[in-house]
Amino acid sequence: MKINIYRFDPDKDESPRMEEMEIDLPEGRDLMVLDVLELLKAKDPSIAYRRSCREGVCGSDGINMNGRNGLACITPISEAASRGKLTLRPLPGLPVVRDLVVDMTQFYRQYEKITPWLVNDTPPPAQERLQMPEDREKLNGLYECILCACCSTACPSFWWNPDKFVGPAGLLQAYRFLADSRDTATAERLAALEDPFSVFRCRGIMNCVSVCPKGLNPTRAIGKIRSMLLSQGI
Amino acid sequence: MALVTNVTSFGRSGLADFVLQRVSGVLLGLYGLCLAGFFAATPNVDHAALVGFLDSLTMKVFTTLAVVALAMHAWIGMWTVGTDYIRRHHFGRRHTVYLAAYQVVCLGAIFVYVLWPLSVVWQVSGS
Repeated sequence: MKINIYRFDPDKDESPRMEEMEIDLPEGRDLMVLDVLELLKAKDPSIAYRRSCREGVCGSDGINMNGRNGLACITPISEAASRGKLTLRPLPGLPVVRDLVVDMTQFYRQYEKITPWLVNDTPPPAQERLQMPEDREKLNGLYECILCACCSTACPSFWWNPDKFVGPAGLLQAYRFLADSRDTATAERLAALEDPFSVFRCRGIMNCVSVCPKGLNPTRAIGKIRSMLLSQGI
Repeated sequence: MALVTNVTSFGRSGLADFVLQRVSGVLLGLYGLCLAGFFAATPNVDHAALVGFLDSLTMKVFTTLAVVALAMHAWIGMWTVGTDYIRRHHFGRRHTVYLAAYQVVCLGAIFVYVLWPLSVVWQVSGS
């Protein structure tokens, strides 16, 4: 199988290049893209990429496969490759550290902006802050995000304004805390999102929904944040 | 950069721009329906028919509202496009100057597109 892989080592290369490599795939098995990367690394140990859990939980190996973001460890070759060819690139829109490794600083900076922890100014109870089952249910589809950045780096609004637009991953988490019945900082959280960029730069093109490897829906969460802002503003 | 991006936004808040863009969109939609109704119901659209259509105070006020809504809608949209595409990444250190120039051109064009139809509409007299 022919693999085109993005190569860039800032210590050696002046500019990035695509390198074509060929590997033999074992017959009768549908490998994951991460397995292919391992085979490539066995051929050329200088290839750099992130990986950890290899089961879609840690979110380390988010890359762009044939133009589509996803986790290499849970994307089968049969799904990623087209006509026997596979092109592997780093997640778009973030600075490249080396080969498929990107600098996630901007992504985490946006995540940090949404205060990603529970805020509750009432005295803590003896054991834990309880929640009704129906309130807990509201967090389903939100808390499962693994911050792999596949969604934010598939979003043109994030490519254009990564310093101002929070991005789908951050906004999904923003709504996760806005929807939490135990959180008491709703007004402050909404006030921090009211500017023209943080939430409202989303154009609803739903690239984020299309690529999320966990099947989550950041666009719906963004819509809910807008509704909350509208309810509060009217 | 913050000066150009935030101060020049129409409502100074994303929520205000969001609401204004939708309200102006609805108003433009209604005006469009009104125009479509006029063209559908008028077999021979000539100067006299147009003058008759715009002669009433109601239509003059409605047209004025539609033109102002169009201006607001256009500015919010063009401001968004400008702040999306005119970035340091593409235009270098002077991107703020280019963005300011782009916004001045947009504002100038919108100003003309407001004054021109309004001067026509308010000069219309069927008598």
